[in-house]
Amino acid sequence: MNASRRALSGPRYAVLTAGGLIAFFAIWYFAAWARLAPPQFLPMPHQVLATLLRLMESPFSGYTLQEHMLASLQRFGMGFGLAALIGIPLGLMMGWFRLLDQIVSPLFNGLRFVPPIAWVPFAALWFGTGIGGPVLIIFTGAFPPCLINAYRGARYVDTYLIEAARTLGIGNFRIIAQVLFPAALPSIIAGLRISAGLGWMSLIGAELIVASSGIGYLLVKGQSAIDASIVMAGMFSIGVVGLAIDIILRLAEKMLARHK
Amino acid sequence: MSTIVFDHVSRTFQRNNHDFLALEDINLTVNDKEFVAIVGPSGCGKTTCMRMAAGLEFPSGGSVNVAGSAVKAPGPDRAVVFQQFALFPWKTVYENIEFGLRAKGLAEAERRKIITHYIELMNLVGYESAYPNQLSGGMQQRVAIARAYSLDPSVLLMDEPFGALDAQTRVVMQEELVQLARVNPRTVLFITHAVDEAVYLADRVVVMTPRPGRIKEIIDVKTIRTGEKWDSYKKIEDVMDLASFVHIRTHIWKSLREEDERTLH
Repeated sequence: MNASRRALSGPRYAVLTAGGLIAFFAIWYFAAWARLAPPQFLPMPHQVLATLLRLMESPFSGYTLQEHMLASLQRFGMGFGLAALIGIPLGLMMGWFRLLDQIVSPLFNGLRFVPPIAWVPFAALWFGTGIGGPVLIIFTGAFPPCLINAYRGARYVDTYLIEAARTLGIGNFRIIAQVLFPAALPSIIAGLRISAGLGWMSLIGAELIVASSGIGYLLVKGQSAIDASIVMAGMFSIGVVGLAIDIILRLAEKMLARHK
Repeated sequence: MSTIVFDHVSRTFQRNNHDFLALEDINLTVNDKEFVAIVGPSGCGKTTCMRMAAGLEFPSGGSVNVAGSAVKAPGPDRAVVFQQFALFPWKTVYENIEFGLRAKGLAEAERRKIITHYIELMNLVGYESAYPNQLSGGMQQRVAIARAYSLDPSVLLMDEPFGALDAQTRVVMQEELVQLARVNPRTVLFITHAVDEAVYLADRVVVMTPRPGRIKEIIDVKTIRTGEKWDSYKKIEDVMDLASFVHIRTHIWKSLREEDERTLH
């Protein structure tokens, strides 16, 4: 294997990671120090950190940063949960019942290419800007990977396992729950990771437009106040929480892989 | 009476828009509690015959009946042992055997009794909570056989069950299957391409030839087995040394070779 493509580990990896981060902040500091942009547009990194800490203590636009984040996470949890709860069983059933596949697939493939953001006006009209609208938008982002990965997982289950189950007298729904689901689990978990990422991004997009709380809402308010440090502190926390969600799902993936 | 009856069965497949005749006029009756093996080269349709009895495939012409009624779908009355074992990798040995029993609606205590019995019978004691990938091929196929037997099927269908095992393991499994068949006689349709195996295990051996798949001849082994007292020998190699065994084996070999030469020239 090519030496430069070999997986990095140990001290070499740590040095390169640190080097990248240091370079990034050095350029940032330099740009801010040289006044390449006015301070309210380009604050220094430590000022962003200070803003972050301030937002965690005193409310901005009605709530503290944690409260905004909690509002976002609640919506995310509902939209993502709903997407998984409907998408996974539906995908597995479509993988098993040909008729259902033929009915749902064209509809699904048509709607799939309407991006989550394009749902925003519709969601606002129907479900308002409280919890309903944003939840619908997250759902539209998170649902397709749940359904597609469950469906593909179910379709690629080894034929002989399905045949074995059928010769053992296992009924349709037991096959779906106890053969297709466990066999498709790696694919489903991979789908959930994609789904969580898309859902999280859709949520922030939704909150920029329809919401009266939440981290996306905080960004918009920061923009109105022409305070880039608020916007950047918000962006930073979005990234951290998104990464945390992915790490949790990756851990779940690893735990399942070990069991197999 | 759990007999399997193939009545003028034919099977065609579509291949490149051409009808391809895989099986032609198969007539075969496997009697109640009889062990019938089908031998033949790959492509002769022997596996298709088994799959039609299982309800996993259907004839294009003629009919396949089991216990008096036409086969319409797979069911636990016709257990199948597959070459690839087909164990559920996320279930333990115990759970694999239990799966079919649960679907049958048996109570916990009843299930436990049956599973324990077959785990002992198939020498799987101590491996109840192991996962399939922790077991050797021979052990995995033992689990699959226990799973099939535990459903108390009237008919057992085996599709080259020892084909994926090494030679030594294979011999042990063949001996065990003979023991099992003696304790628990069933109607068995056994598919193999190993002539030795067919002669050693079966009451009758069906010789099939390809293009199209046809039954060439059916050899009665049981009469010779009882006449020559094969069952008094415990080891397979002792049976295989007997003149009567060698005679049948050679006969089947020649029968298969004749066909090779006919189709090659």
